[in-house]
This record gives sequence, C-alpha cells and structure tokens, in this order.
Amino acid sequence: MAESILGKFGFGRASGVDKAGWGRTLAVAVVAFIYFLPVLFIIFTAFKPQGDALLVPPTLSPTSLFGLIPDHFVFKPTLENFGSVFSRSMTPDGAPEATGFDRYFFNSIFIASASVLLALVIGTLAAFGFSRYPLKGNDTYLFIILTTRMLPAIVVIIPVILMFRVVGLSGSYLGIIMLYTAFNLAFTIWMMKSFFDELSPDVEDAARIDGSSGMRVFFKICLPQVIAGLAATFVFGLILTWNEFLFALLLSGPDTRTVPVAMNQAVSSGGRGTDWTLLAAIETLFLVPVFLVTFFLQNHLLRGVTFGTVKR
Amino acid sequence: MTAVSSTLLTPRLTAVVAHNWKLAIAVAVVVSAISMAGLPAAVSFWVVGAAAALVAAAFTVNAYRRHYFGALLVAPAIAVLFVMNIFPLLWSLGLSFFAYQANQQTIRFVGLGNYVRILTNDLAAHATWGALINTAMFVVFTVSAQMIVGFLLAILFAKQFPLRKYLLILVLTPMMLSVVASGVFFTYYYDPTFGILSYVINSISGNQFILMSNKVGAVAGIVFADAWMWSPFVMLLVLAGLVSVPKYLYEAAAIDRISSWRQFWMITFPYIRGLLMLALLFRTIEAFKLADLVILLTKGGNDTLTISYHLIRIANEQNKTSEGAAISYLMLFMVIVLTNLYLYLANRRTKGA
Repeated sequence: MAESILGKFGFGRASGVDKAGWGRTLAVAVVAFIYFLPVLFIIFTAFKPQGDALLVPPTLSPTSLFGLIPDHFVFKPTLENFGSVFSRSMTPDGAPEATGFDRYFFNSIFIASASVLLALVIGTLAAFGFSRYPLKGNDTYLFIILTTRMLPAIVVIIPVILMFRVVGLSGSYLGIIMLYTAFNLAFTIWMMKSFFDELSPDVEDAARIDGSSGMRVFFKICLPQVIAGLAATFVFGLILTWNEFLFALLLSGPDTRTVPVAMNQAVSSGGRGTDWTLLAAIETLFLVPVFLVTFFLQNHLLRGVTFGTVKR
Repeated sequence: MTAVSSTLLTPRLTAVVAHNWKLAIAVAVVVSAISMAGLPAAVSFWVVGAAAALVAAAFTVNAYRRHYFGALLVAPAIAVLFVMNIFPLLWSLGLSFFAYQANQQTIRFVGLGNYVRILTNDLAAHATWGALINTAMFVVFTVSAQMIVGFLLAILFAKQFPLRKYLLILVLTPMMLSVVASGVFFTYYYDPTFGILSYVINSISGNQFILMSNKVGAVAGIVFADAWMWSPFVMLLVLAGLVSVPKYLYEAAAIDRISSWRQFWMITFPYIRGLLMLALLFRTIEAFKLADLVILLTKGGNDTLTISYHLIRIANEQNKTSEGAAISYLMLFMVIVLTNLYLYLANRRTKGA
C-alpha cells in the first residue's frame, strides 16, 4: 500500500533497478546533505546579520535545533541583505542609493530569453532539416557545429571583440544577443535533432503519402510531438546563458552588464573588503531559478548536459 | 525533365536570375574586395554583410525552386553560426600569420613566425609549455576525481528508495550552478583568516593554515571545487548505464552463484563502459578549457596558469592579438581531435546498443 502511494507521487520513476528501503534513504540523505553543504552555506550567509560573515568561529545555523548546536554557532536570521542588494547607503551615514542590480537582473533575463528564443526558432528548423533532409556531408556540418560549442570561449572571443570594435557593436544588446544566439544555436540543434531522431517515422510517412507538404508535416505532426523537448531545450539554454561568464565579462558594457559580471566585480576587492552577506544575498537570488529548473527538468538533465548526444 | 526546365534549374554563370548563386558569389566577392580595399572598416563590414545576404538569398531561391528543403531549413542557422563563429575563427587564423597588436596600428606578415615563437622561443614558449603542462595536470586530477566520486555517487543512487528524486536534486544542483556563483564562495571557504576550512584545520592542528600559499594547496583547492561541481555529471551518465542493466542477468548470476565482484565485471561493467568513456572524454574537453575557476581562486598565482587563462592574458590583457590567435589554433586543434573521438564513441554506442 505504501509503495503505491509513493509511486503516485513520482517516487518510483526509475525502473529496472532493485528496490531498497528507508535505510538506503538515510545513508544517501547524509551523503547528499554533505554534498549540498557549500550551497546551503551560501544561502545561510545571505540571512546573516552584516557583521556575522567574518566571525571566527563562523556561525553555521539559524536555529539551535532544540539545543543541539552550541549557541556561538547560531546566528539571528535577517532579511535586510536582500533589500540592500537593490538599494543601500554607500557612505557610512548617507541616504540609500540604488545599486543598479535591478538593471543587471533585467539584463540577465532579457539577454538570456531573447537569445534563447531566437536560437530555438532557427535551431529547431535546422535540427528538423538535419534530421529529415540530410545534406551532402550532413555529419560534417553537425561536427563543425558541435566543435564551435566545445571550443574554449576565449578562442572565439578574441576575433569577435575585434569584429565588434570595428562594427561598433561592443557593449550593445544586439552584439551580445547575437553572440549568445550562436552559442545557444549549436546546443539547440544537437538537442532538438536528438528529439526529432526519436520520433517514429510511420505517421509522417502516412501523411506524406496522403499528400501533405513538408512544412505541413513539420508543423502538424512533428512539432506537437516534441513540445516537451522544446521546453527542455528552452529552459536549458536559459540556464546556460544565465550562468555564462566569460563572454559577458569581455563583451558587455556598463548598460548591458549581466549578474555574473556584476557579482565578480562585487568580489574583486577580495578578502575583508568584500561584503560577503550582501554577495550571498545576490547569489541566493541568482540561484533560485537554477534550483527550480534542476527540479523540473530532472528527466531531461542527462540529455541536456551532453547536448543530446546521450539520450538514455 | 525537359531541356527548358533543366536550363532553368542550372543557369549559366552569367545569367542574371534570382537563383543564380554562382553569379551572386562572384558579385559578392568582387564587391567585398573593392569595399574592403577602398572604404573604412565600419562601412565595409556592412557592405560585406549585404553581399553575404545577396548570396544567401540566391541560395534560398535556388533551394526553394529545387524543393531542396534540407538546405533551406539549415541555412539560417548556418548563416548565424558563420557570422558569429566561423568567420571570427577564420579571421583569427589569418591574424595568426601576422604580427598585430590590437592597441597598435601596424600589421606585418610573419608567416609561421607566431607559431614558432609560442612553441620554441625562450620566454613565450616557456609560458606556453608551462601552461600546457599545468592544464594536463588539472585534466588528470579533476577528471579522475570526478570519475571516482561520480561513480560512487551513482552506485549510491542505483537503487529505488523513498525520497530518491528529492535527494538526487541536492546532488545535481552544483552542476547547474554558475561557476562564478560557486567559485566566488570557494574563495570565502578557503580564506586564511575567516574561511571555514582554515577554521577547522586551525582548531585541529593549532597552526595557522593557508590553503592557497603553495602550489599543492592551490591546485588542491581548484581541483576540489571543480570536482565538486562536475562529479554529478559523471554520476548522471553512470546512473543511466546502471539503470539499463536487465534484472534477469543478475538473477541468472545469482543462480550460478557468481561472486558479486565478478558480477560487476561480467554484467554491470559492459553496460556502463561506453558511458564511462563518454563521461571521461566530455569532462576532458571541459577540463581542458578550465579558466574561470583559476581566475576566481588564484588569478594564476602559485604556478596554476592554465592554457585557457594564459590565452586570455596574452590576447586580452597584454593585447598580443596575433600571438593569442596562434595559441587559439593550437587549442582548436586539440579540441577538434577530442570532439571527434567523443562523437565516434557516442555514435558507436547509439548504433551498437
């Protein structure tokens, strides 16, 4: 009975493996908790009062867990760091000023979604082409496309910087969105091709024999079957772009700066000069979308992180 | 197929028709060459862009008339990739044969001079080889750490137990984090005065502990952070293999009373071998590019400079553009070899399974 209830809530997904009981759960929970500790520590730091981050010994927990944790390891949680991400006083007793982080968060969201959407439209068409109408040298094209994604970012960036400088695109939205589109395109093509390759050809062939045009087959038959794949590719692209650092560091201007770049600048003073609780608050805000995505995309994660080359 | 339609589909080079892509290319090359020679760079870029659009349009019309849908569907993607990736790469290939610095006006042809310089000249070659050796060291350490930890994690998760899905998320999250977000906080954990690591070791040994003070510590710090972030990747791949082993093989082995050690090598290992190789290669390619963590944690100090970071310094901070281009091509070559190997194995696995 308990099994079936758990199964209803999605616990029993992975089949083909032996069942184990709560003992295994306990063992794995300990390991998973230790593995997750560095992230948990960032989140806790975001809730610490400002001076607490540099305390030795460090404070570790917001509650004493009914007296389990000694008092000097316990901090009093506060929300003020999240407020000062967006506005705080820059001088000891000045009025609060805007920090510009609302702009950086907007930039991150805008640049990521614009480039991923663009890449999704162009890339899905191309993936369908590569999957259903193989060109002469199809594999070579696909290989070159994957290579552009596997390359160290810096190899592409040097000439791109020169090119943008010549054309006047450096520091503009258009420039960085174009670059991210190309960056996501390789990923989208490989990902979507792996979804298209999986579809059974029977329905398509039937439609073709009945005289449907190629475009009709694509829109009416193939596309509806890969909606889940489209969503997964979209969200994955979003996270990859959201996290990207080097392109943004070298190509964004003061107006188009994204959160990772701003974060890096906030820390570059280093050591005691850095306001760690503030930084942790920025990071916690920055991490929320990543957590949600990891949770909802769990079933597509393997395919996503290998660019569709490994499906199962 | 009549004679009329065949001439319509394959126009002579000189015929001015919408789908004559050969003529379009000829016109585009001439116009681009003239504009690059005669006009300022900012104008000639757009002229070349317009010429490329002309060629693209001719190709599109041609493909459409011939019902050549493959080319039609793929064309926009190839165009974007060409402008943002392939063309810059060709440009930097060209630059690698010149002596050019982005902050100076002079440009001089030196042939293979840059390549000779980065590989054999005293100072430049010393830095290149040093960075390459460091990179190789990081690849060996980080990838083997990830393989071991990832493999062990996969074995832990390879059973079905309550709350599995939620515990898996906790382990998978580090992989999805931004390198900056986690890298920045590793500097906090490693800090000699208020870092949590130093606190633990100080209170055990009683001495002041500074992790980043020597090469061993700095490398260990970077390897630990990288392994923490990417072990879940290996785990995902190995887990996929472990889940795919049919149960009846184990049941048969149990009947034959085969020891669990031999069960692993005879039954489990063949199912995960391909995926292990893929994980190994994928992580090798990624570890080969290691730069962000080094920038964040040591800024290349204590002899932790990797080839990727070396390239950033040469090309972006020291403005030695063409020397950087030569190093780029060195890396490009290595990545192409590794990617080729990766795809070969990935395809063989798909077809063989």
